[in-house]
Amino acid sequence: MNIPPHPWWTIVALLLGAVAFGFTPLALAWLWARVFSPQKPGADKNATYECGLESKGDAWIQFGASYYLYAIVFLVFDVEAVFLLPFAVAFSSLPAGACIAMLVFLLLLVEGLVWACQKGVLTWA
Amino acid sequence: MADDLKDLKLELSKNGIFTTTLEELYNWGRRNSVWPLTFGLACCAIEMIATTMARYDLARFGAEVFRPSPRQADLIIVSGTVTKKMAPQVVRLYNQMPEPKYVIAMGACAISGGPFRDGYNVLKGIDRYIPVDVHIPGCPPRPEALIHAFMTLQKKIEEQALRGESRPRHLNADLPSEFPVPEFGAHGLEPAQNDEVFLNETGNPLRIIQ
Repeated sequence: MNIPPHPWWTIVALLLGAVAFGFTPLALAWLWARVFSPQKPGADKNATYECGLESKGDAWIQFGASYYLYAIVFLVFDVEAVFLLPFAVAFSSLPAGACIAMLVFLLLLVEGLVWACQKGVLTWA
Repeated sequence: MADDLKDLKLELSKNGIFTTTLEELYNWGRRNSVWPLTFGLACCAIEMIATTMARYDLARFGAEVFRPSPRQADLIIVSGTVTKKMAPQVVRLYNQMPEPKYVIAMGACAISGGPFRDGYNVLKGIDRYIPVDVHIPGCPPRPEALIHAFMTLQKKIEEQALRGESRPRHLNADLPSEFPVPEFGAHGLEPAQNDEVFLNETGNPLRIIQ
């Protein structure tokens, strides 16, 4: 009885070869590290930070939010400038509705600035 | 290796047969893959950088890969003046390197304090705290001198027997992997030296009045 080989057997063989090609070095490295490498742990060696200095303090600290507020206030002026320029260019041909919409938008932004000013964000301490 | 074995090896090599031992093969691999730590302290570091560049090409010795982490480095080249403020960091970096690890003290400052020896803040040689394998004099040593030191280190690695009393540190579980990190005291570093490391020719602790 003569069974012809499946036409895909070369692909399977190559796939197995490729997997072995990838995993054999990994397995050898693992074997070397676990079995043959000399293990000499210590307090300094196991330390997380590795630049010669000792880490101190806690990583879970609160950062000051003042720069965040500063960035938010900057956005007010930034967005305002971006929209004011096309508004100024097209001002003479705009209908009244568009003008009012733009003024409402400006009012909202200015409102944010006034709110930040009242909160004392603009006095840098 | 016994002398008759050496003779046999020589005889075989004359007839075109190459023989080796596991020990030689192991040491050949070790000495040709020494990765230094990216660690420069002063002007000597500039010469160290020049050594790695195309003109001097430390890559010929398998040491072109300067690792920025002590976890991956085998060799720390103490290249420059070690101040007393820096000494604990140097020792800690050395402690964080995996075994086997080596030290080259490069230049007059690293081996003795050099021209700044009289400074109140200068450590008079890093060999007070960590075991130095090769010392290079010079201010600063030229790249050729660093390469010579590197070849000396390679020879040292090559000649290490893997068994017996003089086996390398990483194969000797009794030897420590970490050395005490000095601390800032009222009058310089405390302790002023590590008596386990800072030895004279007879193997006794060196005493030098600072």
